Amino acid sequence: MGRITLEGVRKDFDDTTVIHGADLEIEDGTFVVFVGPSGCGKTTLLRLIAGLEDVSGGRILIDGQDVTGTAPAKRGLSMVFQSYALYPHMSVRNNIAFGLKMARLPKDEIAERVARAAEILNLTQYLERRPGQLSGGQRQRVAIGRAIVREPKGFLFDEPLSNLDASLRVQMRLEVTRLQRQLKTTAVYVTHDQVEAMTMADQIVVLQGGRIEQVGSPLELYERPANVFVAGFIGSPRMNLLTGAVAQRHDCSTLGIRPEHIRVRHGRVGSEGNTESWVGQVMQAEHLGSDTFVYVDIPDIGSVNARCTGDLRVAAGDTVTLLPEAVRLHRFDTNHQAIR
Amino acid sequence: MATQQTQRLARFLIAPSVILLLGWMLIPLAMTIWFSTLDYNLLSPGRAFVGLANFKYFFSDPAFLSSLGNTLLLVGSVLAITAVLGVLIALLLDQVFVGRQVVRLMLIAPFFIMPTVSALVWKNLLMHPVSGLLAWLWQVFGLQPVDWFTHYPMLAIILIVAWQWLPFSILILLTALQSKDEEQQEAALMDGAGAFDRFFHLTLPHLARPLTIVILIETIFLLTVFAEIYVTTGGGPGTQSTTLTYLIYSQALLQYDVGAASAGGLVAVVLANIAAIFLVRIIGKNLET
Amino acid sequence: MARRSHTPQLIATTVLAWLVGLVIFFPILWMLLTSFKTEIDAFSSPPSFLFFDWTLENYAAVQARSNYLGFAWNSVVVALGSTLLAMVIAIPAAWAMAFSPTRRTRGILLWMLSTKMLPPVGVLVPIYLIYRDTGLLDSRLGLVIVLCLSNLPIMVWMLFNYFKDIPKDILEAARMDGASIGKEILYVLAPMALPGIASSLLLNVILAWNEAFWSLNLSSSQAAPLTAFIASYSSPEGLFWAKLSAASTMAIAPILVLGWFCQKQLVRGLTFGAVK
Repeated sequence: MGRITLEGVRKDFDDTTVIHGADLEIEDGTFVVFVGPSGCGKTTLLRLIAGLEDVSGGRILIDGQDVTGTAPAKRGLSMVFQSYALYPHMSVRNNIAFGLKMARLPKDEIAERVARAAEILNLTQYLERRPGQLSGGQRQRVAIGRAIVREPKGFLFDEPLSNLDASLRVQMRLEVTRLQRQLKTTAVYVTHDQVEAMTMADQIVVLQGGRIEQVGSPLELYERPANVFVAGFIGSPRMNLLTGAVAQRHDCSTLGIRPEHIRVRHGRVGSEGNTESWVGQVMQAEHLGSDTFVYVDIPDIGSVNARCTGDLRVAAGDTVTLLPEAVRLHRFDTNHQAIR
Repeated sequence: MATQQTQRLARFLIAPSVILLLGWMLIPLAMTIWFSTLDYNLLSPGRAFVGLANFKYFFSDPAFLSSLGNTLLLVGSVLAITAVLGVLIALLLDQVFVGRQVVRLMLIAPFFIMPTVSALVWKNLLMHPVSGLLAWLWQVFGLQPVDWFTHYPMLAIILIVAWQWLPFSILILLTALQSKDEEQQEAALMDGAGAFDRFFHLTLPHLARPLTIVILIETIFLLTVFAEIYVTTGGGPGTQSTTLTYLIYSQALLQYDVGAASAGGLVAVVLANIAAIFLVRIIGKNLET
Repeated sequence: MARRSHTPQLIATTVLAWLVGLVIFFPILWMLLTSFKTEIDAFSSPPSFLFFDWTLENYAAVQARSNYLGFAWNSVVVALGSTLLAMVIAIPAAWAMAFSPTRRTRGILLWMLSTKMLPPVGVLVPIYLIYRDTGLLDSRLGLVIVLCLSNLPIMVWMLFNYFKDIPKDILEAARMDGASIGKEILYVLAPMALPGIASSLLLNVILAWNEAFWSLNLSSSQAAPLTAFIASYSSPEGLFWAKLSAASTMAIAPILVLGWFCQKQLVRGLTFGAVK
């Protein structure tokens, strides 16, 4: 019921192309996250799907129907804005009911849907308040309520959690995914936070510079990044991307290895059968309790970040040996594409 | 929202105001230009084309030069008074003290008084040489009361106009002061800057822009000062307190010399445009569309 | 400012501020006091400040001796009329420019600004002649037209600035919620723009009420607003100061109160948004 297709969608602002021919297939009921650095075009793409901007080329289809020229109201989608965009002069109840009122639904049905949405989102006691009297988290839930009450074909989220504080963000992340799964509605979610992307998405779309770099499930992107950009973007902390002699030894231009796939040993030890073993001095150690991240300066290679358990008492100045797991090495060619 | 359909609608909605203002500007101006080339007096018949004679007459009329001087004197003095006092009083109002709101209301009030009332209050109740309050005050100090409007007409007018426009300057500068960056001030404090230093290096530069705007806007409006002169001195004694605006008025509606008045009017327009160019540029920089 | 206020500094500042305030406000205060004096007291020297026979006779006399209410009505009609007319023309223009900006929008706005800077004296002659020939001289309609056009640029600018302040995404949310342009304006834009429209209205009423140049030159007996009426008090007629004060107080009181309420809007409006 909520299948969204993009065919060669292009967007120009004056003389600059911000979206270069995007092709994408979003299956009904999936939670798709658009992720990428600022300026990559993820919000623009979302707004094109919403109909708030006109495409400069290509088509957008919802359930097989071409909606490229259709007004936002008629596309059957709901949007949750980054700033929530609540109507300040209306009560929470009227905010949520507004879309239904525009659709001219009968009054009792409106009342029923609003009550149901308020219950799902724990807003029942705030129905008569104005947005100005609510906290950030409550306002956000009203924005979500406004979106779900219309029972749309798809939800569009524009970085809805970025204005919340850290702990609230974690809590809302869970609520949003739970809600989506419960309602089984297609969701397109824009964020710059790759942790949000990894934890919430069924499919992730990584964008950079107006181009789709890779589409896949979180684990696919983690285990098999298609290029250097995705490899460096997904996964926290960032994958080590090494060039030079060490990459040449592996027949590639860039060698990638994630910090969590490097074993750390005190002092100078044998390679334990590894193809690579790097010895160097710890520049900095970040102790998080359960894990410790060490930044090691390896001669001829550079600074490498590795993760070890907190039990291993490593400190700045120590000499350590880093043993990267061979099967976890990622190789990229001169065009930054992955070599399989 | 800039789709084709809404663009057409937008043009349709803007049209009335643009057309009206265009007409308001062009038609009278065109007429003024035309009249300035005629020997046209409302009392005598006939309108002969005389080219630039009106301008020559206007420029050679001693009243013109003195009116120009008076205009510059008026504008310059009021600007100076309102700028300096405006900054000082705005600084004062920015401080914490008891009854801030009331004092603020008192300081704002003169701006909202219609100019004819202001002028008459000053003329009769305060500056009247026999029973005005200032006369009494002078006598208390053993001085001879001053007949302001006879001996110092421009000074009197400047005083009245400055009194009226001071609140404008205060309000704008105060608004700007209250929007200054507190963190910046605190950083300066940490850097060891005293109150005087902070004023010169942080506050004053911050006030530079609003002060410029105050000066430019006041200039535009001060060039058109009329009611105060009309009601108090009528431009006199003689032409001692005649500004360019008043001169043109008297040419047009007292002497009925349309030709000369039109020539003078054009001079006034040119003068105003000079200040206008600067103001439009500043406001344009601030404008985001 | 989160500074500790030292008491001696607080006292000094308070005294100084009140002194300055009272000096500036004094003429208005004096006028108010004089309006309650008898003409003898008003003219007396040394002047009495508080201890005189307070009387309301002047206020009564103003209406009895002259048609004060008639002139006040003229002021009301002209101020409200020109403002409402300007609003009707300005609101659509400001709306269009704020929400459908084009490359020309900026130019149009700045041009409108420049028309406000035209000195009225530059067009006094043609306007006077046109009005004389079309019978608009000394008519309320004539004044309404002139003041409307005079203040139109300020109206457009103020409304434009207020409309621009409305967050775009709230309007987009309304569009996503299925509202057509008309419903978007009616249910979302208008309520949010109401405070801005009210402020623009107030400011323009104040400016129109106090306007003197056109009021003095284009009206004489019938359409004269209070500005002109007060001016006609200026020919010396013997003792009349207390009545002048009474008439003046009545003329300025409503605008003074209005003005006190909309100081902030004044700053925004008269600086064309350059100072907020």
